[in-house]
Amino acid sequence: MEKKTAPIDRSKHVISIKGLKKSFGDLDVLKGIDLELYQGENLVVLGRSGTGKSVLIKVISGLLKPDDGMVNVLGMEVDKLAPAELQELRLKIGFSFQSSALYDSMTVKENLEFPLVRNSKHLSRKEIDLAIEDVLDGVGLLQTLNQMPSELSGGQRKRIGIARTLIMRPSIMLYDEPTAGLDPITCIDINNLINEVQERYNTSSIIITHDLTCAKSTGDRIMMLLEGRFERQGTFEEVFNTDDERIKTFYNYNFTV
Amino acid sequence: MKRSGKYIVSKRLDKLFLQLSDVYKFIMRFFREVFLPPFEFKEMVRQCYEVGYKSLALITLTGFITGLVFTKQSRPSLAEFGAASWLPSLVAIAIIRALAPLVTALIAAGKVGSNIGAELGSMKVTEQIDAMEVSATNPFKFLVVTRIVATTFMIPILAVYTGLVGMLGSFINVSQNEQTSLSVFIEDAFKSISFLDLFASLFKATVFGFTIGTVGCYQGFNSSKGTEGVGKAANSAVVVSMFLIFIEEILVVQVVNAIR
Ligand SMILES: Nc1ncnc2c1ncn2[C@@H]1O[C@H](COP(=O)(O)OP(=O)(O)OP(=O)(O)O)[C@@H](O)[C@H]1O
Ligand SMILES: [Mg+2]
Repeated sequence: MEKKTAPIDRSKHVISIKGLKKSFGDLDVLKGIDLELYQGENLVVLGRSGTGKSVLIKVISGLLKPDDGMVNVLGMEVDKLAPAELQELRLKIGFSFQSSALYDSMTVKENLEFPLVRNSKHLSRKEIDLAIEDVLDGVGLLQTLNQMPSELSGGQRKRIGIARTLIMRPSIMLYDEPTAGLDPITCIDINNLINEVQERYNTSSIIITHDLTCAKSTGDRIMMLLEGRFERQGTFEEVFNTDDERIKTFYNYNFTV
Repeated sequence: MKRSGKYIVSKRLDKLFLQLSDVYKFIMRFFREVFLPPFEFKEMVRQCYEVGYKSLALITLTGFITGLVFTKQSRPSLAEFGAASWLPSLVAIAIIRALAPLVTALIAAGKVGSNIGAELGSMKVTEQIDAMEVSATNPFKFLVVTRIVATTFMIPILAVYTGLVGMLGSFINVSQNEQTSLSVFIEDAFKSISFLDLFASLFKATVFGFTIGTVGCYQGFNSSKGTEGVGKAANSAVVVSMFLIFIEEILVVQVVNAIR
């Protein structure tokens, strides 16, 4: 499915990062990153394994603290928020983890209701059940309601992980390698799901991946992370129309293996 | 890099002190968060149930056998001095002062402690702890505080139970051999037990429980990435907490003896 172009409002940014640096001990992972995510946009961040893509979105969601630079999400500086404010902000951010991160001691239903029951105490049992049914239907997995995560396939786990974040109706979605480890057809399903989510819930998303098919079918704009910095950005064609050997290698590798 | 012996020793020492300060911070964080709302009562009750349920069968068996065998093995030496009638009080002293809390704690360290380490370790490795944090639930409170409270609360209760089962084992053996009635047995047994003994035992069990929960949670919560990290967390949860339990046992005994 080709992406329908949803309206992107380039006058409004939901995430704005300037000069972000992050190192672990002697290892400089992010060496000064600038990034803007506009309202309604799907931004793809490409990069090889270990370049700090996961670190980047963990900083955005406040799981890691930046060493230097400014990280502004929905008008708030993430690293300067009080715990209560950070909690508030986090409810507006959906985070789909690289490893799905479903709670494996809980059923699918309990996984989905976990964030809801704990953060929206005013809801009745009936409303909660309806919300669960709604998101589960949205990802096409109603039949798994009472299954345990260990009984699901990798692609199903990814979908449930996405559903669990959607149940809080976030305005920003962060996807960490949504298609990693899945077969090509399941990848296409997930890509479509990402686009559907954007249309249906009107989210702005950052999609982290090293899968070019995913980048091409979901990204309105693509940024290429190389050695701790963003080297190129633009549409898919713009990014890969270059003489930079490193980017060419990345492209060829993806489409020859 | 120079790899002289001195360098390696100081690096190891550095690491040890870093870890100790880490543990200190972990414990302080527990005391800060345990008194702050929201209280995860439901999860706490579930964890208490888990602790009891996981160790009950093994504790029953071990407690019973300990009491029975201890009585059986002590009889000949006492009988030599014609003092077989002291058996109930000897057994009561051994079980209530030392064995009940110790046996309970060691078994719980093996069953409950390793389980906490593995459970939290695998949650850490598969990003479930991060997922909880970004869905605006404090994972330290939900996972760590509830588990430490559960072990601290449940181990003393289980220790009392172990004591009772151990005494029952002893009584069965005594009643077979010396034809002592239950009331006489109880009277004999508790003659030599003071309030201080009971208090010290409960105190010990509480400390052991806190140790098991804290060590298990610390190891799991700080487990390294990769599946191997989970195994390590479970393993060191058991080894470290058993080691600490023995040290605490020795310390408390010294203090109690000084008071007595
Ligand atoms: N909490 C941490 N402590 C220490 N080092 C870390 C931590 N998190 C990440 N790193 C290091 O930062 C680097 C970047 O890690 P990151 O997980 O962001 O890579 P990635 O781009 O997401 O790669 P992949 O595609 O494999 O997921 C790695 O070398 C990793 O070892
Ligand atoms: Mg990653």
